[in-house]
Amino acid sequence: MATSRIAHRGGIALGAALSLAWSVGAHADLTLNMPQGVTAISHDVYHLHMLIFWICVVIGVVVFGVMFWSIYHHRKSRGAVPAQFHESTLVEVLWTIVPMMILIGMAVPATGTLVRMYDARDAELTIKVTGYQWRWQYDYLDDGVKFFSTLSTPQAQIRNLAPKGEHYLLEVDHPLVLPVGKKVRILTTAADVIHSWWVPELGWKKDAIPGFINEVWTQIEKPGIYRGQCAELCGRDHGFMPIVVKALPEAEFRQWLEQMKKDSTSQTAQNDSRAPIVPGGQTL
Amino acid sequence: MSTASHTTTDHDHDHDHDHGPARGLSRWLLTTNHKDIGTLYLLFSLLMFFIGGAMALVIRAELFQPGLQIVDPYFFNQMTTLHALVMIFGAVMPAFVGLANWLLPMMVGAPDMALPRMNNWSFWIMPFAFTLLLSTLFMPGGGPAGGWTLYPPLVLQTGSAFPFVILAIHMMGASSIMGAINIIATILNLRAPGMTLMKMPLFVWTWLITAFLLIAVMPVLAGTVTMLLTDKFFGTSFFNAAGGGDPVMFQHIFWFFGHPEVYIMILPAFGVISQIIPTFARKPLFGYASMVYATASIAFLSFIVWAHHMFTVGMPLAGELFFMYATMLIAVPTGVKVFNWVSTMWRGAMTFETPMLFAIAFVILFTIGGFSGLMLAIAPADFQYQDTYFVVAHFHYVLVPGAVFSIMAAAYYWLPKWTGHMYNEKLGKLHFWLSVIGVNVLFFPQHFLGLAGMPRRIPDYALQFTEFNMVSTVGAFLFGFSQLFFLYNVIQTIRGGAKATDQVWEGAEGLEWTLSSPPPYHTFTTAPEIK
Repeated sequence: MATSRIAHRGGIALGAALSLAWSVGAHADLTLNMPQGVTAISHDVYHLHMLIFWICVVIGVVVFGVMFWSIYHHRKSRGAVPAQFHESTLVEVLWTIVPMMILIGMAVPATGTLVRMYDARDAELTIKVTGYQWRWQYDYLDDGVKFFSTLSTPQAQIRNLAPKGEHYLLEVDHPLVLPVGKKVRILTTAADVIHSWWVPELGWKKDAIPGFINEVWTQIEKPGIYRGQCAELCGRDHGFMPIVVKALPEAEFRQWLEQMKKDSTSQTAQNDSRAPIVPGGQTL
Repeated sequence: MSTASHTTTDHDHDHDHDHGPARGLSRWLLTTNHKDIGTLYLLFSLLMFFIGGAMALVIRAELFQPGLQIVDPYFFNQMTTLHALVMIFGAVMPAFVGLANWLLPMMVGAPDMALPRMNNWSFWIMPFAFTLLLSTLFMPGGGPAGGWTLYPPLVLQTGSAFPFVILAIHMMGASSIMGAINIIATILNLRAPGMTLMKMPLFVWTWLITAFLLIAVMPVLAGTVTMLLTDKFFGTSFFNAAGGGDPVMFQHIFWFFGHPEVYIMILPAFGVISQIIPTFARKPLFGYASMVYATASIAFLSFIVWAHHMFTVGMPLAGELFFMYATMLIAVPTGVKVFNWVSTMWRGAMTFETPMLFAIAFVILFTIGGFSGLMLAIAPADFQYQDTYFVVAHFHYVLVPGAVFSIMAAAYYWLPKWTGHMYNEKLGKLHFWLSVIGVNVLFFPQHFLGLAGMPRRIPDYALQFTEFNMVSTVGAFLFGFSQLFFLYNVIQTIRGGAKATDQVWEGAEGLEWTLSSPPPYHTFTTAPEIK
């Protein structure tokens, strides 16, 4: 009797939790899942993520289903008499081999995606990304264009003295501008402590480590503005060094780059590492 | 799987007044008795659980809404760092050592731990280590704020606190190593005649394996934090790239310790659950031998998967693949364990007292943490998950409704044996339901936050993360304050309550249940007879 009362209470609790989850989930603009992203790799990663997720869901439903069936039927209050079996080599072997098979099924697509991610050959543009406490520096190695990218959210918003803007904490003075449809090689490093460069829509993050240069690549499929953040704890303002990528069609990108080259040659005199050398960049 | 005959405990009673505990403070300071030391460990762990929990509530309160409201970002980082160190080294590990102290001698039919004086020392180091660690909060420059993983170069920016943190970690490590030596010596040498290895209760087995893990990796942690110390003060450049060193090497060494450390916190939990489920299912544990082999396999694999914590540091493809495959393999023995627990319940005659409720919640919620662990093992997908709230959700699922729930289950399960009183079952169930709801409201939304792009260890966040952070914070306060019911229940049970029988639970089997409740101060001075 006591146990059925508990089960009843448990049912209510579970119902309450589920309805809470539902009402929250039904809210308009909540993101529940990983973004599909805007590169071929990010699509692969998303599908891999969903594949493993659904395999886990199926295993979970089967295992917990058996368990709850047992909890309901094999309870003393229903007059269950305990069986005494406690061993079976056959089932032990079975539930070792079957999971192995499932794991191999997961490892095959994962390996394929990983190999593609590591193939940074034939990039058409190389950009060095350097992490600083607490901002990013972008260096277009082939073109001599180099600038800092710093959080542009006003302190007043962070201190709750002004209403927060739409892109609160995910906006910078000078975004990284990339061409659409081109394979871009990104080299990450850092000047002080370890940072990590992450834009979810591109499908990966890469640590930026002092003394190391890591190589990654991306090929963005559609123009747009993609936002991310530093993902490795890097000190007091770790939460305040966002990343904004502005993906432009090839022609517009070239135009932008030419303008930047002109500006930077005329301004090399004030090339102070503390101040961004690019004038007039609008806030994104 | 010990089936003990009823032992004669009357010989203890004759000398009870001679060998009883000393009075006053010196009883606790000078004790070499495994039961006293077990109690000290458990109470210390409970205190640390509340201190670490208070830090977690500071974190969750700041994250209730976007903007900086309560604390400065630097203090926020101190909270995340110390919350982890206190919970891992102060709450979870000492709780399991406390359980080991109380239970191992009683389970294997030994009179005490093999090395009682060292036992006293290994406990009494802990309060000093944690006083030192927590005192850093008041030092110039504040406490450590580089994360509990202590990654250089960031950790070298710590203020005056730095050498004190390192010394505190050394002390915790020394304590753990001594505890582990004691446990191995006890299990291997002090078993009653007839208690063969494959008759030992599973809790003894999992602790034996855990103790070997501790001995293997604690010196590695000690070594690497010493290298940090010399980098900071003696001009070495182990981890300083500018001096020819390598910051990534620290991560390799740290996680060579860190991953087995994860299993140090979960293997004893497996042992506890393997004791409790058969008792309340009134049916022997299914697949005892395979449970032992699975535990050993997990322990072995724990040494060759460390770099899955650092998939994004830029390892070569072959390295990524090796660590991905090895990590995925852990799912096999872990799965075997879960299947065995479910099979133990299958066709049993179950009742659902508080320890069983916590044990069932453990199996379900730990498995959910295992599923997210499997997802994290997939290196290309991990490039998205790494260092986000998805990871935070994952490891809290295995550590809170995993390790911590197993400790709660153990406390309710053995408290009547330890104190001689039954705890308040109604209050226990209330504590259980509030905890299980609280913990899920707290951690489940963090999966969504991580997938949506929220990095971990940030004091402020973009607006789209607001709702789930609010839900998570509500869950945190619900979970946190529910633990006061546990505290109250434990205190009331120590002070009095209905008399517990020797066996306590109808289905309980094992040597500890043949002793009176509470057991006499010295037990098994003559070895019991094992069938």
